[in-house]
Amino acid sequence: MNPLPTSSLRPTHRTETRAFALVALLAIAWVAAYSAILPLAEWLTYDVLRLAHGSRLGESVAFFLYDLPKILLLLSGMIFVIAVIQSFFSPERTRAVLSGKREGVGNVLAAALGVLTPFCSCSAVPLFIGFVRAGIPLGVTFSFLTAAPLVNEVALVMLFGTFGWQVAALYAFTGVTIAVISGIVIGKTRPERFVEPFVFQIGASGTKTIQSPDAQPTWSERFATAWQTTREIVGKVWPFIVVGIGIGAGIHGFVPQDALAGILGREAWWSVPAGVLLGVPLYSNAAGIVPVAQALVSKGAALGAVLAFMMAVVGLSLPEMIILRRVLKPRLLATFVAVVAAGIIFTGYLFNWVLR
Amino acid sequence: MLNVKVLGSGCANCKRLEQAMQRVANAIGVAIEVEKVTDYAEIMKWDVLQTPGLVVNGKLVAAGRILSDEEIAWLLKPAL
Repeated sequence: MNPLPTSSLRPTHRTETRAFALVALLAIAWVAAYSAILPLAEWLTYDVLRLAHGSRLGESVAFFLYDLPKILLLLSGMIFVIAVIQSFFSPERTRAVLSGKREGVGNVLAAALGVLTPFCSCSAVPLFIGFVRAGIPLGVTFSFLTAAPLVNEVALVMLFGTFGWQVAALYAFTGVTIAVISGIVIGKTRPERFVEPFVFQIGASGTKTIQSPDAQPTWSERFATAWQTTREIVGKVWPFIVVGIGIGAGIHGFVPQDALAGILGREAWWSVPAGVLLGVPLYSNAAGIVPVAQALVSKGAALGAVLAFMMAVVGLSLPEMIILRRVLKPRLLATFVAVVAAGIIFTGYLFNWVLR
Repeated sequence: MLNVKVLGSGCANCKRLEQAMQRVANAIGVAIEVEKVTDYAEIMKWDVLQTPGLVVNGKLVAAGRILSDEEIAWLLKPAL
C-alpha cells in the first residue's frame, strides 16, 4: 500500500475527475445489470429452455441462472467498495495506532483493524515480528492475526448475498469477538516464553528508508488498486462459486424438504464441533461453501454447523499454522488453535440458537 | 549495474515481482542484479510488514504489492 513518490506521474486534477466519472458509470451499469438478473433468469429457464414451472429441473436451472450472476455481481461490486475502504488502512498505520495501546482496548482495536487492514497470510510472519518489535503486546498482536482471516471479505459478501445482512453482520460481529477474546486469553498465558527467540534478537533497523509512508494515495490510485484487487479475488474464486452454486442448485431441485433435519439439524448437538473438525484440514474457499450451505439450510440443516465449518476453514487453515510455526513454539500455536476453535464452536451454537 | 533485492519467503507474489523487475529491466535496457532474500532475520532488517519487499540499491522502495511496469521503469530510469 505504499505509493511510490511518483511526483512526475502524479495524476492531475483532470485524471481524478475522470476516475470518478468512470466509477460512477460502472456503478450505473452494475445497478442496471443487477436488476435485469431475475427477469433474465426466468425468461431463459421457462421461455427459452421451455422447462415447466415447479418442475425439479426447472427449479434447479432457474436457481443456477439467477444465483450465479447475482453472486458474481455482488462479489465484484462489494469487493471493489471494500478494497477502496481498505486503501485507507495499511499495516504500517495499524502498527502505529496499536503501539502504545494496552491490552483490553488494544485487543478490541486490533481485532477491528484486523478486519479492515488488507494483508495476505504469507505476510503473517513479518507482521508478527514487526508488531512485536514495536512493543505491541503479544495478546493484542494475536487479536489482529485472528480477526484478519476469520472475518473474510469474500465470506462476508457471500453470506450477505445468500442469507441477508443479519447473518452477515452476526458473522462479522462474532468473528471480531472471537479475536478479542482469543487475544486476551492468550495474553494472560505469558506467551513470550513460547515465541522463537530469534524474533527478539533481530537488530533494530538502521536501513529503513521507505519514502514518505504517510503520503496518501490519490483517489485514482485507490480506484486502480481496488480494481486490481477485485479482478484478482473474483478471478481466483469464481470456479469455486460455479461449483458451489451448481451443487446448491442440484440440492434445491432434487433433495426433498426436511431430508437433512435429522443429520445436520439443530437437534444434532455434535454437528457444530464436527463442522469445525472437518474444516481445519481443508484449505478451501468460503466462496464455494456458502451456496451449498444455503441449499442445505433450505432442506432442514442448521446454519450454525455450516458457519462453524466455514469459519474453521478460513480461520484455522493448516497452511497459515505452518507459516506461524516459524515464529511460534508448538505450545503457543496449540493454544492459539484451541482458543480460536472454542470460539468458533461457541459461534456455531449461537447461530443455531439465534437463527431459528 | 543496479542491485535489486526481493524480500519474501518465496510466495507467489515475490516470484511475480521478481519476474516483472527482470522483464522491465530487459525491455528498457537496464542491467540489474536480482537477489532473493528469504531469511526472515535478514528481511526484517528493512522493517517490512508485508511481503514482497523491494529494495533498490540499499533502499526499501515498496512493500506488500507488485509494482506496475510503469512504476518499475520509473525506479530503474536513473540507471539508464
